Amino acid sequence: MKRFAALIDRLVYTRSRNSKLALIVDYLKHTPDPDRGWALAALTDALDFPAVKAGTVRALLGARVDEELFRLSRHFVGDTAETAALLWPEKPLPFREGVGVGHVDGAQLQQAPPRPSPEGEGGLSISQAVDALSTATRSDAPAILASLLDRLDADGRYALLKLALGGMRVGVSARLAKQAFAQAFAVPVDDVEELWHAIPPPYAPLFAWGEGRAPCPDLADVAFFRPFMLAHPLEGESLDLSDFAAEWKWDGIRVQLVHGGGETRLYSRGGEEIGGAFPELLAAFDQDAVIDGELLVRGEAQGGAAGGAASFNALQQRLGRKTVTKRMLADYPAFVRVYDLLAVDGNDLRGLSWIERRRQLEAFVPRLAASHFDLSPVIEAAHFDELAELRAGARDAAIEGMMLKRRDAPYVAGRRAGFWYKWKRDPLVADCVMLYAQRGNGRRASFYSDYTFGCWTDAGELLPVGKAYSGFTDEELKWLDKFVRDHTIDRFGPVREVEKTLVLEVAFDSIHASKRHKSGLAMRFPRISRIRCDKPAEEADRIATLRAMVT
Amino acid sequence: MARTKPWLEPHPHGLYVRPADLWIDPARPVERAAVTHGHADHARSGHHAVFATPETLAIMALRYGVDAAAGHNQAVAYGDGFERGGVRFSFHPAGHVLGSAQIAMEYRGERIVVTGDYKRRPDPTCAPFEIVPCDIFITEATFGLPVFRHPPTRDEIAKLLAAVRAEPDRCVLVGAYALGKAQRVIAELRAAGWQAPIYIHGALERMCALYADHGVDLGELRLVGESDKAEMAGQIVLAPPSALNDRWSRRLPDPVTAMASGWMRVRQRARQRMVELPLVISDHADWDELTATIVEVDPQESWITHGSEEGLLRWCEMTQRRARALHLVGRDLEEEA
Ligand SMILES: [Zn+2]
Ligand SMILES: [Zn+2]
Repeated sequence: MKRFAALIDRLVYTRSRNSKLALIVDYLKHTPDPDRGWALAALTDALDFPAVKAGTVRALLGARVDEELFRLSRHFVGDTAETAALLWPEKPLPFREGVGVGHVDGAQLQQAPPRPSPEGEGGLSISQAVDALSTATRSDAPAILASLLDRLDADGRYALLKLALGGMRVGVSARLAKQAFAQAFAVPVDDVEELWHAIPPPYAPLFAWGEGRAPCPDLADVAFFRPFMLAHPLEGESLDLSDFAAEWKWDGIRVQLVHGGGETRLYSRGGEEIGGAFPELLAAFDQDAVIDGELLVRGEAQGGAAGGAASFNALQQRLGRKTVTKRMLADYPAFVRVYDLLAVDGNDLRGLSWIERRRQLEAFVPRLAASHFDLSPVIEAAHFDELAELRAGARDAAIEGMMLKRRDAPYVAGRRAGFWYKWKRDPLVADCVMLYAQRGNGRRASFYSDYTFGCWTDAGELLPVGKAYSGFTDEELKWLDKFVRDHTIDRFGPVREVEKTLVLEVAFDSIHASKRHKSGLAMRFPRISRIRCDKPAEEADRIATLRAMVT
Repeated sequence: MARTKPWLEPHPHGLYVRPADLWIDPARPVERAAVTHGHADHARSGHHAVFATPETLAIMALRYGVDAAAGHNQAVAYGDGFERGGVRFSFHPAGHVLGSAQIAMEYRGERIVVTGDYKRRPDPTCAPFEIVPCDIFITEATFGLPVFRHPPTRDEIAKLLAAVRAEPDRCVLVGAYALGKAQRVIAELRAAGWQAPIYIHGALERMCALYADHGVDLGELRLVGESDKAEMAGQIVLAPPSALNDRWSRRLPDPVTAMASGWMRVRQRARQRMVELPLVISDHADWDELTATIVEVDPQESWITHGSEEGLLRWCEMTQRRARALHLVGRDLEEEA
């Protein structure tokens, strides 16, 4: 637990992705099974101990620490797990370091156990902790958790509580964890991606394979995630349509539905399971198959009244939820627009060409309920210029653009040159005025690199419409940073308010109605496309102009 | 507080000793002030006459241009004292920073001790705290919550040294308050065997020199402004906390940002300050020190000020000790803790 606690601690404070990666690689290489597997699962929030909840921890503290002191401490620290880790009673250190001091007769310390030995472990490993927690029942969970906490120091307690309660929040995505694994054992990240979801923690067969001690695990009969095939942006070149097929690029989220081994799973882009938020899709997908498609909500913004889809904004109402109400299901009915078939009836189709997979897909889709699944159509065009015209004339602003897929290409994980292209519609742009700036993270910590910008109301007031922290070059960043420092008119904590004189051209993919901002608007993927020193602030765009672009 | 006529009056801007017509650590200019130590929230400029330890007077002279030797100021060494208006004043080490003192006052058989800021842990840059028995103990409470338990200083210094050695192409930039914390971190590094030059921000230069003049050996210090970027790789750099994420830091070789403060115990606090390497090194008593000190001094009554009064007050209540919270203004303790 000590090594894991140290890892958590380093990850909490490390901002750069590469440094986080290096820390995890080092940990995986130098920690035995099954501890490292449990650690990996904890980092990616893949553990769940139903008997241990935040309430369990609060109750334990209530029995050991004065309620008022706990309340004051919790208020100051802001996080229950961390407050509990710091407050857990232990004998005070002799603060004169070696001289020793009389005991503290605080009532809250009466039950203090002996301080853990300098090794700090009391021999407690992560796997022992996981074993104890996973066998815990509602009734004995408090006693079990307490005995574990007694064996740890403050950092160890923090790690244990985060492991037990989830919500690690150390900035480690599943993707980063897989990359760390691949790097630690010099195996292809694509293979790790594929195996990851098929093997439960603590991933012993995965490590055995990584270290060359065992062959690749067999994945028959498991509803595992297949890493997505991704597209490169199409930049200016034109393609021969005898080689490439075109489809609309729908503005939803990319998903994979897998049915196998008696289970159905819905995965999002990174391989995260999101089925809990879409029970109707899990129920409706009853065929032994793996499909790749776009998750959408019924509506008219994309594709018109006939079988169309609502804007991304509508889909957002359904995302990120653990459970859904009947009301949600009725108001935002979800469906999948299917564009690829990766496996069917026990056969892996990924090695086949797109043409062959498409043929099988068209035959397969009628086996699914039309209420929840439809086929993404192929766009008919004789040549590339015709396609370009179709794209430019697309009525529905909500559609993101087109996808171009090489007809003879197999389905391969990741972004492979020459196979798939995304051909986005030209971004929307607006001229906005910089309002506030904030410092960035990591390498940019000394630069004001996050900007809030606004547009004019009809009453001549500037209201914020978005925030961007990308799109500029390093040179432009230096210039912007200097502008902020030289034109600050007020400060609120880390935020600087600037003179309303600088016009920024902001590019964005789409814009939606939002209650979160006073302007009632929210941009999707805003970035600074140009610094418009030439333009006076009065000539920046009006909110009304942006509202007309809403989808 | 059934006292009919207190001779020491708590006011929002300081403690007033009526029979002596003298203020302790007043937040605004007064005729006569006794000052516990040189931090800005205790030592203000503009008093007519200051009573303080010679070290504190020297620090005030450096910061405010106060003439330490002027006739109306009076230097009071540890263990020494003076009498005024029937009140006997004496100064005793507080272990907080160079020259920091507790001020004890005796009047008509009653003794009151004002700790100012204090700590109980050893500090190579100042004299250790002394227990002074008293009737009323006026204690600070910066870390008056049980979540604050400072780990052993040597462990934190070891963390710092490990970070420097782990990445020889980078430097570690330590944010440390200019008076006290910076010199203590340097002295602790020297005690741990770090002999390389330590690079400092210009704002630390004069205070470090003052410490050296008072016999605190800080080893070789170099100014960042006069040093090559390349020579600072693999080295330790100290700067005031305000300079950590400022443009100034761009002249350093890819710094790892560290901060030495008791607040670093709380992860969220450290993250807010963009700290990558939090070092829990404090010049203030932690919860265990605060409570143990009250037990040792065992006063009739404790007055609590300067920080988390409610936490310590609650502890006094739980242990059946008489206590009250004073709410003094102008105590800005974020940086120096
Ligand atoms: Zn102080
Ligand atoms: Zn203070």
